[in-house]
Amino acid sequence: MGGTIRFLLDGQPQEAAGVDPTTTLLEHLRGPLRRTGTKEGCAEGDCGSCTVLVGELTTGDDLDPVNWRAVNACIQFLPMLDGKAVMTVESLSTQTGAGCAGKPHPVQQAMIDKHGSQCGFCTPGIVMSLYGRAVGACGAGAPVEDVLAGNLCRCTGYGPILDAAREVVREAAPDVAAPLKAIQRQAMLSLAHEDPVRGVTRRWLAPRSLSELAAAAEANPEAAFVAGATDVGLWVTKLRKPPQTLIDIGRVPELKTIARVGDSLRIGAGVRYVEAIETLAGRYPSLGEMMRRLGSTQVRNSGTIGGNIANGSPIGDMPPALIALGATLVLRRGERTREIPLEDFFIAYGKQDRAPGEFVEAVIVPRGPAGQVFKVYKLSKRFDQDISAVCAAFAFTVVDGVVIEARVAFGGMAGTPRRADACEAALIGSPWTRESVEAAAARLDEDYAPLSDMRASAGYRARAARNLLVRAFLESAEPGVATSVLAEAAHG
Amino acid sequence: MADSGASPKVAAKVTPFQGVHASVAHDSALRHVTGTAIYVDDLPEPAGMLHVHLGMSTRAHARIVSMDLSAVRASPGVVRVLTAADIPGENDVSPVIHDDRLFAQGEVICVGQSLFAVAATSIAAARAAAAKAVVEYEDLPAAITIADAAAADLKIEASQRMARGDVEAALAGATNRIQGRFAIGGQDHFYLEGQASLATPREEGDVHVWCSTQHPTEVQHLIARVLGRPDHAVTVEVRRMGGGFGGKETQASLFAAAAALVAVKTGRPAKCRPDRDEDMVMTGKRHDFEVGYDVGFDDEGRLQGIRLELASRCGATTDLSPAINDRAMFHADNAYYLPAVEIVSHRYRTHTVSNTAFRGFGGPQGMAAIERVMDAVAQGLGLDPLEVRRRNLYGAHGEGGGHNLTPYYQVVEDNVAPELIEELARSCDYEARQRAVDAFNTANPILKKGLALTPVKFGVSFTTTHLNQAGALIHIYADGSIMLNHGGTEMGQGLYIKVAQVAAEAFQVPLDRVKITSTTTDKVPNTSATAASSGADLNGMAVLDAAGKLKGRLVAFAAEKWGVDPSQVAFAPDGVRIGGEVVSFPDLCKQAYLARISLSATGFYATPKITYDRKTHRGRPFYYFAYGAACSEVVIDTLTGETKVLRADILHDVGRSLNPAIDLGQVEGGFIQGMGWLTTEELVYDAKGVLKTHAPSTYKIPTASDRPKVLNVKLWEPGRNAEPTVHRSKAVGEPPLMLAISVFSAITRAVASVGDHKVMPNLDAPATPEAVLTAVEDVRRRAHG
Repeated sequence: MGGTIRFLLDGQPQEAAGVDPTTTLLEHLRGPLRRTGTKEGCAEGDCGSCTVLVGELTTGDDLDPVNWRAVNACIQFLPMLDGKAVMTVESLSTQTGAGCAGKPHPVQQAMIDKHGSQCGFCTPGIVMSLYGRAVGACGAGAPVEDVLAGNLCRCTGYGPILDAAREVVREAAPDVAAPLKAIQRQAMLSLAHEDPVRGVTRRWLAPRSLSELAAAAEANPEAAFVAGATDVGLWVTKLRKPPQTLIDIGRVPELKTIARVGDSLRIGAGVRYVEAIETLAGRYPSLGEMMRRLGSTQVRNSGTIGGNIANGSPIGDMPPALIALGATLVLRRGERTREIPLEDFFIAYGKQDRAPGEFVEAVIVPRGPAGQVFKVYKLSKRFDQDISAVCAAFAFTVVDGVVIEARVAFGGMAGTPRRADACEAALIGSPWTRESVEAAAARLDEDYAPLSDMRASAGYRARAARNLLVRAFLESAEPGVATSVLAEAAHG
Repeated sequence: MADSGASPKVAAKVTPFQGVHASVAHDSALRHVTGTAIYVDDLPEPAGMLHVHLGMSTRAHARIVSMDLSAVRASPGVVRVLTAADIPGENDVSPVIHDDRLFAQGEVICVGQSLFAVAATSIAAARAAAAKAVVEYEDLPAAITIADAAAADLKIEASQRMARGDVEAALAGATNRIQGRFAIGGQDHFYLEGQASLATPREEGDVHVWCSTQHPTEVQHLIARVLGRPDHAVTVEVRRMGGGFGGKETQASLFAAAAALVAVKTGRPAKCRPDRDEDMVMTGKRHDFEVGYDVGFDDEGRLQGIRLELASRCGATTDLSPAINDRAMFHADNAYYLPAVEIVSHRYRTHTVSNTAFRGFGGPQGMAAIERVMDAVAQGLGLDPLEVRRRNLYGAHGEGGGHNLTPYYQVVEDNVAPELIEELARSCDYEARQRAVDAFNTANPILKKGLALTPVKFGVSFTTTHLNQAGALIHIYADGSIMLNHGGTEMGQGLYIKVAQVAAEAFQVPLDRVKITSTTTDKVPNTSATAASSGADLNGMAVLDAAGKLKGRLVAFAAEKWGVDPSQVAFAPDGVRIGGEVVSFPDLCKQAYLARISLSATGFYATPKITYDRKTHRGRPFYYFAYGAACSEVVIDTLTGETKVLRADILHDVGRSLNPAIDLGQVEGGFIQGMGWLTTEELVYDAKGVLKTHAPSTYKIPTASDRPKVLNVKLWEPGRNAEPTVHRSKAVGEPPLMLAISVFSAITRAVASVGDHKVMPNLDAPATPEAVLTAVEDVRRRAHG
């Protein structure tokens, strides 16, 4: 039993032994460490009250050897912090004694000066996001509204917080490279803990290489894979069904790379959204815009594209986009790998083409034909950090006014992310006109029979899906027609 | 907890004097930003503390055939399981009518109703144990929606009627007449800090409870009732809440009583803190409404007669629904004179969680109804909606002619709406922008814009007259430091700093000499909820009363000791002027103490002038009105229904502001919260009464990017309360929420543009993308079809 998790808090080594591996960082901070500045607002990574910064050593010999990310502590499992550094709201000010605020950091002072707190409960999380932005832990050059998309405030209306953000200047995070190096482990972290409530032994395995991972996966075919825990975290905090065995794929260097293979991009299963967004947005601006709205800064700083695929959700936003782009999935079991079209991975609701002991190794995104038009649209009640009611992705190639290639995929329209065969068939060979596009859109009714739920009715999903195809047409064929309320808000 | 989380002493700090009207930061700002502000769940957990989890009903309406909790009791870590049979006093945690059970008995009346409490050594153990309960139900007919309840004639009380004039005749003889209806969704408070209580047993079965509540006195009284003990056996203390918005007025009692009962029964401290999902399922929300209107008007758009029917979903119990629905009726005129009016209000009982107070307390729904009518009248006549609104406003202050009489016979004496609206219409360039919007709509086939300017007139006072009272307690210690306490609670609205400013102003001392202490039932008794926007009005005046008593004693003492006339003693920032001498405040206090002068005083305030007869719905329920106006511009996507608020301009009257920075925060925050209510925030119950939107993943409050890129918020400079309120300020908590009705009207207008304003859109709130797209398609069909 046992195993000790080692991490840094304010640069000082901390050890946690004998903890359940599904203990969250938030629970550990608020409980044993008495760092109660970090709050629990939702325990599902949606409110940002628990925002902290996590630093880890980068693999290369960069000038900046520690990579800091703002994350939601409520859905970070404590073993994920092993070998990493943590900063909380208490790290920023010079405390004059237990419970005494002391001298605030400039970010904190700006929040005071601009009247950025009312009830104060979301404030520590907001301070950490703003500080995270100052030290480069919230994505590169993101507008402050995007940085704060994962921090809900119910009191202020955000204006004073945005005012405070304008006062914040870039600075360097504390240098913890040396103490971080000192706590790195060579062997695989392996934890086991008796869950007194459920009477089971819960295990955590964190392989250090692809082959170790493959072996662990084969040896534990029932294990749950954890990368950023933005989904598995909720199995614990919301469903209250903690897996008995968890395999952390976040320590496998082979899974953390984006490689150019010919004209394609090979994105490892452990690549976080934040690490891929620049590359993908460069190739597919529409995808970049969608990813900007996917989750929040904290979620994109943890969650992985591989996870968004592997969990098989019918409402993940990456699969429709990647299916329309013709992506393939690389699955590994032991030393054997196979590559399948991404759409074939999703067999039915809750069922994927993945054998026990097999895992997603990478997704390969080919470059489409020259002149291909690619559009992805995310429809949700709220623009930021909301799960899509409908996610639509279209890839068209039009030559001499005729559609010669069309890949149409939707999320939220069926039990799985799926291609629209009838719609595609209607498009291919048709003239690129509003009439034929509307006719093809009508065929979507043959492709999907969406459900009604709390996000939207079946009728809305069906109508919006048809209209999104029309939008895609207008944006490519009639660029003078404004079709985006967000663009109107940004430039209008 | 505040008392321990003391503000740090910085050596030789000289604080300049800041009294009322100064933009002082929130009293806890430094503690908020550094994470040292303590909320209930942050308190160090006392040794042996138990975690309390409530077992919940999974049925909307059912007889409990049997409840087998043996497996719960046997579950690891469980120390005690309590049911209704274990309650020594009354099984009642209701504010008024005695119909909210701590634990269900015999039947359940909504999903999420508390059945039993599990106290265990960890919250995980308590939850896991609760899941082992075996409850056998026999389903009974359940009314989930307003329509269900209407069909079954289920109400929490008789429908109420407020009327003035001959409506029947007015409508029959009206030049134009239209009828319509629309629905307004509810709203979850989504305070960032959920409900939380920590109870510690004391001697003789007494109990002390830290509670996140807007109403410590009620929590105290209800715990005493549950325990079968006198009120004096229970102390409830609250330093701050992480947001309240009305959701911690009556809703805290359930969790507080559960924690207190466990503490008293086990002799161990006990904490009850539901997680976000449990909180959202178990606690009440803003009432959703269905509105019907029948309105007659002349060709200029002046109303001749109106009949409004307001139906609300009250949920399973009475809670505060009578007063909430009354307030909807009180605000169904908003700022408009209704010559002949009948407002009928149906309060439906449903088998869903009991809806409760939420910022505006029914007022927003009533106001949304009449603003919808204004939009419909304007559409019907092809007039600019602002012009129609102007023509219907109550007469400006001082005008006669009876155009100042509300449907409840209160005369509007302080009407500043006309001036305020004109100032805003000018400053936001309403007319030119309305033309620009029309031009945009002509030029754009897919995107459509809308612009709307709507006013707010909000009545200030609890309409239950006896609640308009407050108490305060001030101690001056021998070193001249001041302890301030009053019945108001701090939920982020800045009440504590405002009242501290009132105290500092009274004694002319630096703010840091005034210690703001947690609201505690053993310091000031029998307080009212911090609600109805009344916190500063009531408690500020009570503090003035207490300060006046102490100043009187100090003046008398100084006059006698220095041998001057009392008129020659004055409190000033540099000290107390006594004749030609200046004595420091601490020095004077020290000398007064040595002379055996009492330096502790209570203060009290009861709002004057107000009276109301609920039987006839006539009287003067409000001491005064708060006013505001907002102009919002939106753009909608007619392919998807997506909507973006582009710009909002707000002008709001807070009288003479006690603290302009705090008030601006209330105005802007209220507006955005109201915008959420009318746009993205949608509560969805399934057919079995299960709430499907019970966490931020499914319930969407505004984020930073939803704030309009251009948001001009201004306090109305000439503002001054016509009544002698505390330093002539006005209440600010609730009124700004209703400024967001301008957003809904603007969206409605954008939708109408799809049909060239030929038909009135059937748009319900919230205007989600689905609601907007549905309304767009409906307008297209009706206008062109």
